[in-house]
Amino acid sequence: MLDVRTCASLAEAAGILSGDRQALLVGGGTLVMRDVNEGRLTDGTLVRVTDPALTQMSLSGARLELGAGVTMAMVLARPELAFLHGAARAIGGPAVRNMATIGGNLFAPMPYGDFTTALLALDALVVVQSGYGAGRPVPLEEFLAARERGSQGMVTALQVPRPQNPQHFHFRKISRVKPKGIAVLSIAAHLPLAGGRVAQARIAYGAMAPTPMRAKGVERALEGRALDAATLAAARQAALEGTRPETDAIASAWYRREVLPVHLARLLAGAAR
Amino acid sequence: MAKHPVQFRLNGSDRATFVDGAENLLNTLRRGLGDFAPKYGCGQGTCGVCTVLVDGEPHLSCLTLAVACEGRHVETASGMADGPDFHPLQAAFMDHFAAQCGFCTPGMLTAARALLAKNPNPTRDEVVEAISGNICRCTGYEPIIAAILAAAGSSGARRA
Ligand SMILES: Cc1cc2nc3c(=O)[nH]c(=O)nc-3n(C[C@H](O)[C@H](O)[C@H](O)COP(=O)(O)OP(=O)(O)OC[C@H]3O[C@@H](n4cnc5c(N)ncnc54)[C@H](O)[C@@H]3O)c2cc1C
Ligand code: FES
Ligand code: FES
Repeated sequence: MLDVRTCASLAEAAGILSGDRQALLVGGGTLVMRDVNEGRLTDGTLVRVTDPALTQMSLSGARLELGAGVTMAMVLARPELAFLHGAARAIGGPAVRNMATIGGNLFAPMPYGDFTTALLALDALVVVQSGYGAGRPVPLEEFLAARERGSQGMVTALQVPRPQNPQHFHFRKISRVKPKGIAVLSIAAHLPLAGGRVAQARIAYGAMAPTPMRAKGVERALEGRALDAATLAAARQAALEGTRPETDAIASAWYRREVLPVHLARLLAGAAR
Repeated sequence: MAKHPVQFRLNGSDRATFVDGAENLLNTLRRGLGDFAPKYGCGQGTCGVCTVLVDGEPHLSCLTLAVACEGRHVETASGMADGPDFHPLQAAFMDHFAAQCGFCTPGMLTAARALLAKNPNPTRDEVVEAISGNICRCTGYEPIIAAILAAAGSSGARRA
């Protein structure tokens, strides 16, 4: 049987999750409840957390902190987070966005994970609470690698360094159905320019591997260079490095590989303008 | 397994019932409380026929835990008419032939209601976005969009 426990505090939830292998945290429930409705999840305990800490946002400093229970709609309601609005708006329709949390998005299997892709290009950190005790921020890339290996743990918050110039951050989701649709792929790029050259380029892909991934070949091709035709060509050449797309109902792995360099080149050409 | 008590306001009336632990709100509304306006389409979040308002915001009741609605305001399309008088959106849906089989209609009305509560004079694009999580297999959407714009008294021409 599947039961529900409602926890008023993060510590209580963490305790249940670390003590019971059959306990599963539920955020917005957009993925968990689907598994319940389809009979894939029939036993154990769903752990619901009502602790207001989970939906807190502190948006003043250079590093923004967002509770893991913050929804896409809550992100969209905050003008301070305008640089993340493109990614938040790309997820589902209005009802999904009222439910889907940024914490749940970290665990969404491919081709989901559009918001996480944006966070990856921003060098976000994940605050994980394992059992009782204080949180410790883990780089998102490291967190996603651990997730792929099957590691578990309760995420309480995300820390996002505010881009110095939001115009240097770009996000694109490619889908076939308009105005909303599941990703063929998504691309996020943070391309800070110093003296006309890219410094600390970050490129992330969604739906090109089991979890959102950094495109390190592209980052290397861009680093320290002006966004001119030669750089764009080199970046495009490196576009597929490290990708491991899958075939699903949205697109084949072949198609994803075919179109990724095209969309990357378009995004970079847009950034160069 | 023990049932969980849950109480919330449904279309303005206090309601209380018992639910199975992981029961979704849609089952509670339909089987527990007899409100058949929200429908079960996909159970996956993709079709929008189960859309209800929770504290005024559209939610998919098939993906919402009933226990998470404790103390909240739940509104369904059943609560839109005022006695014999249709809600302006319902009247506009009739005038514009925005329902054929009608299966999507409660979800469409609810999504539209949430839009107009926040944005009484939406553009056509805003209407399209507001119903983007709701699938209609009959109308081709145009009559629905026209009905929502008409209910808003809007030509849809205003620029966002
Ligand atoms: C119609 C529809 C359209 C969608 N479209 C998109 C889309 O375009 N892009 C996209 O990226 N996603 C999409 N999704 C998938 C999903 O809604 C999002 O990925 C969402 O962000 C998941 O968050 P949630 O809070 O609903 O997750 P839940 O279903 O609550 O949880 C998902 C998983 O994450 C775990 N989890 C949740 N929160 C935490 C936490 N704080 N700590 C540890 N584990 C946690 C849960 O245990 C579970 O395993 C869509 C879903 C639907 C139904
Ligand atoms: S039944 Fe809930 S979205 Fe289809
Ligand atoms: S009227 Fe039949 S699905 Fe919309």
